[in-house]
Amino acid sequence: MSATSRPETVAMLTKMTREMRATILSMITQAGSGHPGGSLSAIDFIAALFFTRLKHDPKNPSWADRDRFILSKGHAVPALYVTLAKRGYFDESQLMTLRQLGSPLQGHPVNRFMVACEAPTGSLGQGLSVAQGIALAAKLDKKSYSTFCLMGDGEIQEGQVWEAAMSASKFALDNLVAIVDWNGGQIDGSITEVMPSLEPVVAKFQAFGWDVKEIDGHNFDAILDAIAWADERGGKPKCIVARTVKGKGVSFVEHPTKYHGAALTKDELAKAHAELKEAK
Amino acid sequence: MSGQTTVKPIATRQAFGEALAAVGVEHNEVVVLDADLSKSTKSELFAKKCPDRFIQMGIAEQNMLGVAAGLALSGKVPFACSFACFIAGRFETIKISVAYAGARVRVVGTHAGVGIGEDGYSQMGLEDVGLMRTLPEMVVLQPCDDVETAAMVRWLVTDCTQPAYLRLTRQNLRRLHADGWTWTPGKLDVLREGTDVAIIASGGPVMNAMDAAEALAKEGKSVAVANLSSIKPLDRAGIEALAKKVKVIVTVEDHNVIGGIGSAVAEVVAETGGARVHRHGVLDVFGESGTPESLYEKHRLDAKGIAEVVREQLAR
Repeated sequence: MSATSRPETVAMLTKMTREMRATILSMITQAGSGHPGGSLSAIDFIAALFFTRLKHDPKNPSWADRDRFILSKGHAVPALYVTLAKRGYFDESQLMTLRQLGSPLQGHPVNRFMVACEAPTGSLGQGLSVAQGIALAAKLDKKSYSTFCLMGDGEIQEGQVWEAAMSASKFALDNLVAIVDWNGGQIDGSITEVMPSLEPVVAKFQAFGWDVKEIDGHNFDAILDAIAWADERGGKPKCIVARTVKGKGVSFVEHPTKYHGAALTKDELAKAHAELKEAK
Repeated sequence: MSGQTTVKPIATRQAFGEALAAVGVEHNEVVVLDADLSKSTKSELFAKKCPDRFIQMGIAEQNMLGVAAGLALSGKVPFACSFACFIAGRFETIKISVAYAGARVRVVGTHAGVGIGEDGYSQMGLEDVGLMRTLPEMVVLQPCDDVETAAMVRWLVTDCTQPAYLRLTRQNLRRLHADGWTWTPGKLDVLREGTDVAIIASGGPVMNAMDAAEALAKEGKSVAVANLSSIKPLDRAGIEALAKKVKVIVTVEDHNVIGGIGSAVAEVVAETGGARVHRHGVLDVFGESGTPESLYEKHRLDAKGIAEVVREQLAR
């Protein structure tokens, strides 16, 4: 990436994620079920991480020194699958087998079906603990890889997340990066309705001993800056609170609850594709 | 003579701590996690030998299990230790982050059953075997003495590639195996032959089952005793062979009779045919405070109680 300037990288990511959004929505409609809202809120960060930062090898996904990415909010997995396919982990033609019997593209990530998923997630609240174990192993073995874990805002209502937040700073895991995809919505309503006291989230992570950065999770300059910031070690785990929009990129999908877990109809999908095309 | 040795009885948790310290020194990949109970689970014995590889997680068991899974997925062999009841309470973390992940975690639950005594029901693991054996690929082990415990700990470090659960006692247990005896994973451990009735027991009550068999032998009854320490994988052929040999099988465990080894044996015999199975253990009731001895007497898990149950079943 060093040969590419920042504006070029941002332009590349902007174009690519627009196509990825279209693919994600197609995958979910083809499957007949899935989670468009949380996939579209998370795709920008995931794509930026995989295309500008992660040291990994799609031909050798279990390479021992790879950087790890765990999608703890596993329901956003179409965003991970489309990224892995674009990155060369498997053929893009497989994407449309999402959620079908026999497909490695399970409804939520499963490492035994796809090594690059790293862990089974989707039972919310578990990913940060597993990521922490991986980061701890790196410390024990004096390895330099980093471990990233992306969680949802609704997800961090789970108590296990705060157990993990507590112990990550005890172990000084500055090789662990948590990302909170704060899209403001969950199944039964907005975060403000369901659990308003989740805020102030930045202060909560700080109180647990984390370095925290709050960004616009759809601004690639901000995302790239945050990723670079997270690479500064310094003794503390890092948390990036990415303020995002659920369903980002398609006007009628941008809603805190409506498209949390509902596939677009064929007509809606055509409308969404047209809108994404025009966005150029 | 089988069942009688001069070695001082010790709890399987103590044998576990000693074995883990010994094996851990030889194997750098072993790491041990505890949730503020290392003095009770005896993981402290490892911590003293290998402080750099002991990870104190505080009173946060589900995080401990998830962290253990991450360590296992990165090539470590983690033992995650707490009381059996607190482990069972974090079942979903074990289901997803450990078992489904295929993470080579050794989940260790000590203080099994009513045998813990005075602390009462909230500290008793009485459902853990039932829960753990429902998980595909999960190995479930329960040793009956220190020799067997040490063999299992070593195997869990050097051979077993699957996630595993190890269930241990707080109370001291008499040694039932001679030096040089070798444990075979997945095999029923027949401690005593007999043709009238077979007691299949696991964990704390095995030594009492041996004493009960001795007492019944004096009454002219031929009683086999098998130690079911490898609960999963289960020795279906061994259980079937016993079921074809005797009229009645009495299972004995310090665990709810629902879901435990009695269920496991009954499931096999229901399919193979043979003996009638009577499940004996904690009869789907809550535990309570009392001395371990008084609780074993109340639940008829002492030698006298087991002998009574066997007599009743033979008379049916």
